[in-house]
Amino acid sequence: MHIGLLYSRIRRDEKLLLNELRERGHEVTKIDVRKEQFDLTEPPAAFDGVDIVVDRCLATSRSLYITRFLQSYGIPVVNSHETADICADKAKNSLALADAGVPTPNTKVAFTVESAMEIVEEFGYPCVLKPVVGSWGRLMAKIDSEAAAEAILEHKATLGNYEHKVFYIQEFVEKPGRDIRVLAVDGEPIAAMTRTSDHWLTNAAKGADAEAFELDDRAKELVKQASDAVGGGLLGVDLMETGDDYTVHEVNHTVEFKALNDAVDVDVPAKVVDWLETKVDGEKTLAEVSA
Amino acid sequence: MSDTITAEDPLSGEEIELPADVEVGEIIDSPATGAELEVVSLDPVVLEEAPELEEDWGE
Repeated sequence: MHIGLLYSRIRRDEKLLLNELRERGHEVTKIDVRKEQFDLTEPPAAFDGVDIVVDRCLATSRSLYITRFLQSYGIPVVNSHETADICADKAKNSLALADAGVPTPNTKVAFTVESAMEIVEEFGYPCVLKPVVGSWGRLMAKIDSEAAAEAILEHKATLGNYEHKVFYIQEFVEKPGRDIRVLAVDGEPIAAMTRTSDHWLTNAAKGADAEAFELDDRAKELVKQASDAVGGGLLGVDLMETGDDYTVHEVNHTVEFKALNDAVDVDVPAKVVDWLETKVDGEKTLAEVSA
Repeated sequence: MSDTITAEDPLSGEEIELPADVEVGEIIDSPATGAELEVVSLDPVVLEEAPELEEDWGE
């Protein structure tokens, strides 16, 4: 198959994918999104002949536009624009999970400091304030007191861009010092790991320790539901243990997997490429049937 | 075949060693300055200072 890989940085994740694709003899066109221009009707020449495009853009804004352009050209892309659109925005992400009946932390959104302050008082301390767009644990605040809440909300209202005036506030979940990251393809888990840290943030990007994790049936069920809720694809589903159940706090659409690959016995890039091969076979069959 | 290739660090001017399988677009941590460098071409290998992290970057 011929894969187009959209990128702006080749991280170890992209390199693992590229190596696996090339070892299997697939044709790969790396497409640096910084060099492309997108016409309303004709795809850039870089996309000629690709069977499928894998979006590995680091920038959410680029990812959202380019996936939309590719779908308009009729070029298959993973993940889809619809999935990216939901996963890129924490408010949309939470709504999709709640709509699908997936347990997710109690969350509210407000647009002024005063309304946000009312939510904080209602949730009590600590609670969590997150940017609606953002990753790697950046700009996340655990609010421990009224004084902290007032200061953080004022800073965001004064110093942030317009997205920081969307106040996304979440109840604090007492997790056992770790959360669970599951890499899944269309809801089927490839592998899972725990991310453990003394810090309340347990992102791998924040230096959490990763360890392989065996999913039970309930976790698998929730991963499938969460994946379906955002439209499927290659996703990172984040769960927290709540004692007798789980809560899904978010689904990531341009998921990193290098830490997972190091933590588990599964060959993660091989599984991802297996799935891509299946996707392309599916697209080709679909094209033959409709021809 | 050598396992490493050399290129000039654009910030310090020093010769630095890179793995032989580097890719265009790959990000390298400069051993000389610790800065992130991007591989912008392969033949010859040219490095530039990598773009600054932007707010909407991530997974």
